Amino acid sequence: MGKRFRTVYMTAILIFLYLPILVVVLYSFNPSKTAGVMTGFTLSWYRELFADGEIARTLGNSLKVACISVAAAGIIGTLGAVALARRHLKLQGLMEGLSSLPIMIPEIVLAMAFLAAFTFVGLELGMLTLVLAHITFCIPYIFIIVKGRLAALDISLEEAARDLGAPPLRVFRDITFPLVFPAVLAGMLLAFAMSLDDVIISFFVTGPGAQTLPLKIYSSLKVGVTPKINALCTLMLGVVFLFVGVSQWIRAKKT
Amino acid sequence: MTRPLEKTRRRRTLLCLPLYVWTVTFVLLPLVYVAGVSFCERDASWGVTSVLTLENYRALLEPTYLLVFGESLLTALLSTALALLLGYPFAYGMARSSPRRRLMLMVLVVVPFWTSALVRTYGWMILLRANGPINAALQALGWIERPLKLLYNNGAVLLGLVYTLLPFMILPCFTALERMDWSTVEAARDLGATPWHAFYTVTLPLTRSGIMSGITLTFVPSMGIFYIAELLGGSKSVLLGNLIQEQLLRARNTPFGAALAMALLGFTALVLWGQRRAGGETSLF
Amino acid sequence: MSILRLEGIHKDFGEGDVLRGIDLDVEAGEFLTLLGPSGCGKTTTLRIVAGLETPDRGRVWLDGRDVTALPPESRSVNTVFQNYALFPHMNVAANIAYGLRVRKTAKPEIRRRVEEMLRLVQLEGYESRMPDSLSGGQRQRVAIARAVVLAPHILLLDEPLGALDLQLRRQMQTELKALQEKLGITFIYITHDQEEALNMSDRIAVMHDGRFEQIGSPEEIYERPATRFAAGFIGQTNLLACTVEAGGLLAFCGERFPALVPEGMRPGDQAALCLRMERLCYGSRAPEGHWSLPATLVEHRFAGGSLRTTLTAPDGQTLTAFSQTRPELEPGAPVRIWWDEQHAAVIP
Repeated sequence: MGKRFRTVYMTAILIFLYLPILVVVLYSFNPSKTAGVMTGFTLSWYRELFADGEIARTLGNSLKVACISVAAAGIIGTLGAVALARRHLKLQGLMEGLSSLPIMIPEIVLAMAFLAAFTFVGLELGMLTLVLAHITFCIPYIFIIVKGRLAALDISLEEAARDLGAPPLRVFRDITFPLVFPAVLAGMLLAFAMSLDDVIISFFVTGPGAQTLPLKIYSSLKVGVTPKINALCTLMLGVVFLFVGVSQWIRAKKT
Repeated sequence: MTRPLEKTRRRRTLLCLPLYVWTVTFVLLPLVYVAGVSFCERDASWGVTSVLTLENYRALLEPTYLLVFGESLLTALLSTALALLLGYPFAYGMARSSPRRRLMLMVLVVVPFWTSALVRTYGWMILLRANGPINAALQALGWIERPLKLLYNNGAVLLGLVYTLLPFMILPCFTALERMDWSTVEAARDLGATPWHAFYTVTLPLTRSGIMSGITLTFVPSMGIFYIAELLGGSKSVLLGNLIQEQLLRARNTPFGAALAMALLGFTALVLWGQRRAGGETSLF
Repeated sequence: MSILRLEGIHKDFGEGDVLRGIDLDVEAGEFLTLLGPSGCGKTTTLRIVAGLETPDRGRVWLDGRDVTALPPESRSVNTVFQNYALFPHMNVAANIAYGLRVRKTAKPEIRRRVEEMLRLVQLEGYESRMPDSLSGGQRQRVAIARAVVLAPHILLLDEPLGALDLQLRRQMQTELKALQEKLGITFIYITHDQEEALNMSDRIAVMHDGRFEQIGSPEEIYERPATRFAAGFIGQTNLLACTVEAGGLLAFCGERFPALVPEGMRPGDQAALCLRMERLCYGSRAPEGHWSLPATLVEHRFAGGSLRTTLTAPDGQTLTAFSQTRPELEPGAPVRIWWDEQHAAVIP
């Protein structure tokens, strides 16, 4: 591949990746609701957005679900990874396969299974079912990342700490946990993003009282587009970019 | 004899209990339940009767549904193939860039991954609509007189799928390419292979595991993302995901929905099995 | 009383025995080396002493106390790991202080002893460096300081010089030996490098296939190997197939010569004569009054500091000799070979 062709090609792909994002942002400042071209600059959609209590409430729901789910999944996944890294128990492969199934199979299968099972046991669809489902698909992200980090961790570090006189719990506190903490954090962040972004599973397991932000966006996109959604999406993108920027900045400063 | 080390190891192993209990309760049991339901008759309203039947699976073979299956499969295959064709060269370019550029490109690929897929799909809705920027630009250039109908067709669905899944293809391919020992390619060239021949005989086989992971990571979800089909394809496009959603929530035929889900699960299992046989890794991380 | 005693240690990781009956007594202040090829069980032995593995059978005694069931943190033994195992998230001072901190030593005391250790291993001024930024030799010193600061009764070293280049290895060998003499701590040292073992040790235990082949001083091991394995693993050796004759004689190609035949070997027994290559002499004739055997010179090879000569015995066995001077003999010439029988060990 020629160098020049490579640059052109990669730029084209990047444009392809970012074009829709750019368009969403741009149109959030477009005064016209339907025009294909920019007709000016306005912040009125943002004003409308902030006045919309419904959106604020669904955002609140989303954050609540994401926080609870990630916290619970963080504990369950990390404990599981600590227990199972470097271990070969009977049925371990099967159990690990099963626990990472939620991110391996099409989401809609799991969504359907949740809906059917929750209905069967008579759980009312709402906040609780939403959280249960989200915990289930958040666990694998954390489990896989933390377990990978633990497996890569030199076992002689823990042995050295014991050799120097630290009992097991102390070794975990001083050596193991500090060394895997970045992985725990990374897994929880990824899970947080996935939870906040989830449409398919939430669509099936939520009830009328517990609409999340992505579902709100989804339903408004189906009925007709309003630039208010552009404004909302722009704000969401802003948060992501800010976040990625800060984490890159921290990484750059570290090295 | 007391074995101090084994004792702490055993105590540590107990920490996996919450994970095991959760997995059995919220993954295994629901899936087993759905599998069971798919063999039951439907009740008048929501429910399921305990009468066993193969009717739901027989219904899958009706032409209407076979067509949906076929179209779903075709769309998934096409979008996976397109993602591979677009993504692999990009991953290759990334792997051949300088380390600093590589990091930057990595961030650029990962960012869309972190942003809502729904938002990005919405971006395409704006781009493709009749009075959207693409049509506006083409009209301004005088290439077309009346706006093209870009949205609400199968092409738009395909575009949306490829677009959403592209990062899932690029990342594993890049990981494999980055890990590869490039001196093997130089050795092939040294032994007289042309660049293309070296690529075909050395680079491609050596990065097979990454390609297989990429294929799995794009193919599996592409069968179930119903919102892309619904937002970009409109009412015309009925994919498997949409069908399940419709059977469950609108037709309220849980047993048939369950049979559809089982069929989809079967497909997935087949793909995962094939990938495993081909020696790929499934994990993105 | 020995500071460490291993009694009948067996260990099996489920893929066949790794250790099959290890017995060992180590004296206080001794520098003992476990020498053997990789996979012979020396690291497992060390880990059992440290408490990082539990033996399937057998007992471990430290200072006269049975510690077989004690976890590593309760043993007065510390280890320098093969890859050093420095904690990557702690700086040099924190690494060295770790064991003291676990023991809840007072802060000023910790500071004093860390400084003392840094002086000892010549790393003053490196307190706040992170392990990543240290060279191999420096990491090695930190690992030693971290273990020695706890004043263990025994220091276990698992191939501590394995990752260093040859020059640094030689230098560290001298330093380690000096350190051991200065501290008076018992060292149990693992290596597969015979030169390192011969240089540093008070005693060497040659290990093979989960057993000790021989335990003895470097001179004993070198001059009088007890088994064919020990003979072959250390130094460069000719092993000649001989037959035992009556009266302290061996027969080789129909000729007899005197040898130190160990008790218990009877006339007619097969034996191997272990003869170090530099001990084998050859020439057109033996010195006056010395016995000699016939051989044929095959070739000379230049080998750096010495000349490497290949010879064949009448029955076809090949022998190699190292010599300092080149005799006026051409390949193909018939020669006589001889040696001082004090330097040749007879192995069953």
